Amino acid sequence: MAVDGQLKIELGKQGIFVTTIEELYNWGRRNSIWPMQFGLACCAIEMIATTMARYDLARFGAEVFRPSPRQADLMIVSGTVTKKMAPQVVRLYNQMAEPKYVIAMGACAISGGPFKQGYNVLKGIDRYIPVDVHIPGCPPRPEALIQAFMTLQKKIDGQPLTGEDRPRHLDAGAQGEFPVPVQGEHDLEPAHNSDVWTVPVVIR
Amino acid sequence: MKTVEEIKAAIEAAVPGAGVEIVVNPSVSGQHSLRLATSHAVEVARFLRDDAELALDFLSNVTGIDWPDKEITEKVKVTRQVSKTVEGVEKTVDEIVEETRKRLEPGCLEAVYHLYSVAEMHGPVIFRMRTVDRTDNVELPSLTPVWRSAEFQEREVFDLYGIIFTGHPDLRRLLMWAAFKDHPMRKDYREPDDFEYEPTAHDEVLKRAQEHQAAIAPQETGAGQ
Repeated sequence: MAVDGQLKIELGKQGIFVTTIEELYNWGRRNSIWPMQFGLACCAIEMIATTMARYDLARFGAEVFRPSPRQADLMIVSGTVTKKMAPQVVRLYNQMAEPKYVIAMGACAISGGPFKQGYNVLKGIDRYIPVDVHIPGCPPRPEALIQAFMTLQKKIDGQPLTGEDRPRHLDAGAQGEFPVPVQGEHDLEPAHNSDVWTVPVVIR
Repeated sequence: MKTVEEIKAAIEAAVPGAGVEIVVNPSVSGQHSLRLATSHAVEVARFLRDDAELALDFLSNVTGIDWPDKEITEKVKVTRQVSKTVEGVEKTVDEIVEETRKRLEPGCLEAVYHLYSVAEMHGPVIFRMRTVDRTDNVELPSLTPVWRSAEFQEREVFDLYGIIFTGHPDLRRLLMWAAFKDHPMRKDYREPDDFEYEPTAHDEVLKRAQEHQAAIAPQETGAGQ
């Protein structure tokens, strides 16, 4: 049962703290997102800048960059994903423990960017793994990455613990591992994971 | 520094039968280059490196060029014997006729090397080598034993153009994965068909996206029935 916001404030004035398990659980989760220490191209420089003193990602509880996917909650795909690198990115994502989230940072990670028409660059990492927040920009400024963090925090905060919309780690039947594409003779096979990505409809 | 003509003369004096040709660059830069015969290329390269005056000790760049098969159309003036009636009398007259002829110039692959001398502070000296054709005889001698810096760059040329450098210590693909079969920098390379989502397509991409749509349209209607 949800607690009425106004009632909560009134109770707070009387020295009574009321919360729900869901709220407490999500509060804890959203304030300690540990990103994976992992950069692919120039966007990674902006990601590093975001963690440093001037922008100070630590304010959001996300300063602990982990060198191992097994200890990380968040993968920031910061940079160009080449077709040679894509299987490794998917494999790293598979090795992360649930709950796990992905921020696709920059034009290359979300669409291929300036290299979209090349022969060797993946047209967006969302073709193989589910992406929670996309940030455009080439590269995005640290403020944009912080905005993405806050968006992700809002998303985590809004996740119910039960019901249809519950996150993957609370759903025993949910798929947690995503097929790693194989490097074929001409291209990655398959060219995208249909469970994760469907061709968007362009409305003009 | 010596001019290309002087370098050519020096090479021919040092390596008999080297078969060096000058490739003239008609642009303002006038950066002429040398074309080496593949048979003597390694000896010539050794000479360029070790010669006291040239001392080209630094290989700065190796790159490739793809010359596809080219159909050349040219107009040739041909003398023909034509029978004509001149003043009521039939005669055979020589007449000059213009004829269009087509010939196929076979393509090849080319590797281009840029050399500098750190010791003498001059350069670049540019030389090229050509393969016999683009399909079966694509071998060129590797110059990695002469200049160590050629190793990765020759691997890159092998990867993107498909030139096989014989004598290379470790000829593997550099940028693309091992199972990849194509050579992306060749003129006839065609990208895999992943044009399903092109929100801002134009020119060649628009064409490919339309082709992709046309190819999947029958399947979709078939599935819907």
